[in-house]
Amino acid sequence: MRRLNRDRVVSILLLVPAVLAIAVFVYGMIGWSVWVSLSKANDLSFDMAFNGLANYQSIFSNVRFQLDLRNTVVFTVFFVLASLAIGLFLANLIDRRIRAESLFRSLFLFPLAISFIVTGVVWKWLLTPSAGFNILLGLDQSTNRWFTDPTVLYIAPDSGAGHFLAGIGLGGLATPLFGIPIALLSLVLAAVWQMSGFVMALYLAALRGIPEELREAGRVDGASEWQLFRRIILPLLTPVTVTAVIILGHISLKIYDLQQAMTKQGPGFATDFPASYMWQTAFNDNQFAKGAAVGVVMLVMVATLIVPYIIWNRRQEAAR
Amino acid sequence: MTFKKARAFGVALPIIALVVAACGGNGATTGPGGSAAPTDAAAACPSGSTKIEVQSWWTTGGEATGLQKLFEKFNADNSGLCAYNAAIAGGAGTAAQGVIKTRTLAGTPPDTFQVHMGHELLDTYVNISAGSVLSPLDTSIIDPSKFPAGVVSIISGKDGKVYTVPVNIHRANELWYNKKVFADNNLTAPATWADFKTTADALKAKGITPLAVGDSGIWAFGMVFETILIGELGVDGFNGLWTGATKWTDSKVTDALNELKTVAGYVNTDHSALTWDQANQLVIDGKAGMTIMGDWANGDYVAKNFTNYGWAPAPGNTGIYQALADSFPLPTKAANQEGVKKLLAFMASAEGQDIFNPYKGSIPARTDAGNPPSSGKQYNDYQKSAMTDWTKDTVVPSMEHGAAASPAFKSAIEAALTTFATGGDVAATQAALAAAATDAGF
Repeated sequence: MRRLNRDRVVSILLLVPAVLAIAVFVYGMIGWSVWVSLSKANDLSFDMAFNGLANYQSIFSNVRFQLDLRNTVVFTVFFVLASLAIGLFLANLIDRRIRAESLFRSLFLFPLAISFIVTGVVWKWLLTPSAGFNILLGLDQSTNRWFTDPTVLYIAPDSGAGHFLAGIGLGGLATPLFGIPIALLSLVLAAVWQMSGFVMALYLAALRGIPEELREAGRVDGASEWQLFRRIILPLLTPVTVTAVIILGHISLKIYDLQQAMTKQGPGFATDFPASYMWQTAFNDNQFAKGAAVGVVMLVMVATLIVPYIIWNRRQEAAR
Repeated sequence: MTFKKARAFGVALPIIALVVAACGGNGATTGPGGSAAPTDAAAACPSGSTKIEVQSWWTTGGEATGLQKLFEKFNADNSGLCAYNAAIAGGAGTAAQGVIKTRTLAGTPPDTFQVHMGHELLDTYVNISAGSVLSPLDTSIIDPSKFPAGVVSIISGKDGKVYTVPVNIHRANELWYNKKVFADNNLTAPATWADFKTTADALKAKGITPLAVGDSGIWAFGMVFETILIGELGVDGFNGLWTGATKWTDSKVTDALNELKTVAGYVNTDHSALTWDQANQLVIDGKAGMTIMGDWANGDYVAKNFTNYGWAPAPGNTGIYQALADSFPLPTKAANQEGVKKLLAFMASAEGQDIFNPYKGSIPARTDAGNPPSSGKQYNDYQKSAMTDWTKDTVVPSMEHGAAASPAFKSAIEAALTTFATGGDVAATQAALAAAATDAGF
């Protein structure tokens, strides 16, 4: 065993407060939430008697929570894919070493400096049917309803695709519960506007890190510009893409502020998310145990995204 | 543009963006869900006085002024005592309620606090498995005979004892209309839902939205549903919905949902993007003919200097006064028991209620009040007409404003209505409402 020298003691002493704080306020609180979620603490009596998985049963059978999970998945897919695509496109444009490059770079990055609350308020007014875009562009406000549109796109059970799904035993997918709410796309628009510049910055840094020799070598071997991008540049950008997906994904799974400022629950819970359901259940309805259960479900969703990333990252570092 | 200039511009823009972000942040804290910083009102108390902490979400406007005037009179009459408003801003009380519940759970509640009269109060603090965290109030504090029976029944726990002091009354089931629009089209306020359809069709034919609704918070839509339920079920049937005596599977509830579906067809298309006061603005602008809203709409008209408005009970609601109120209870663990009992007695008195309500824009909960001191603010025309109705109408509670149902029951009803507002599936919605009642224990 190594001797406890002065440096070691000091470093341990310096670490203790941080470790304690994280142990109590992160892991302690997670443990407490899980415990509360398994209890009967569904009124101000705060009865901590064990209640099994009753609270989880209750929230998963709740229509609103089911819609919230649908919205989370739809929002995450659209938000992440659109941000990546637009970010990559912008980064490639700027990578052409255009004039006034820093101006454009800053312009694309500025939305990131604004909080989601501000973004939400601005986009709310841009997309309110009786204001904003509908007036600026002279659109008909009764048909362009943006985030007030209650339509949900889904596969109708009696359509061709519906019969096909039923034929392969997936008829259960042909309901609005597996559909795409139109109103949610307005929220995606605002979120993409805010975050795609950030993705651009990530990609731009990575693009600048790709040595010019690699491109030259590809060109010498007769690759077209598209092949060069598809076969050489894009694979080299994979680590950045993974990082971007993780960052965007965890923002999207926990989204609350943007939705509260912009659309609230939306028509027919079209823009509702687990975070707002949790808030309502715990702090408005006094059903603390059910609220904790929603919180635990959200934690599990984020963990399924983050934990494999951390493991992957560790392996990469070990391999280096 | 040269590169040098571009770079200078690039430096200036982030600064502008940060300033914009900072301003927006400040604006957001005053809006719904805003900051929860208690004001330091206790500092205004003279040193040596015994303080009475009153936690409310009244931070601005007539309601904060009214409470201040009430405290001024109380503190002047009771030397050595100092009641003060420990207000928490934001979101129609949602921030304050969170703080009050947390403090109550921790065993250090304020001396008294603002809470909606009715089941929001009873089912949160009184009728709970571990026993009430509030003390019952005896007749030296509040005399139930001075309040309508409809109020007494929803401020009393299962033990029949009174648990809170209602300081004001707002009316929920009111129809507001633009007088000029109605006069131009030779219309009168509809007395029944059948009349409503005739009136609404006439307005629609002229390209005017018949009914303005702003249900970005679904409660505004819920209030319309409640007025229809009252019309279909009558007083006893409606009251029975909240006690289990009327089943939610009743055919009259089906009728009410069908009626609601019809009424929803007369509403502005952007209803889910608007707040109630933005919907009210449509009536003021003459773009909409009517709106169904609580009588805080009156305050909105006064504040916007609009005078050409009329009011009537919602269709089918004549002679029925759907009420909601703010009230103040006595926490068992309140630090200053003697002081707060005196304050609650003053709040329950005709004198106290007549100081507060003219400022708040509501009417006294006591039926024998209505004579404010000549030095204070007087009641306006709407309030005088509401007070006349209050003494003779039958009182029913408001679900949307915490009087009729527990918070969880209300949330479940609102969830069913949120889905109904887009799909309009009567059978599914009625099943969801019945399930909500079962979950609530009926």
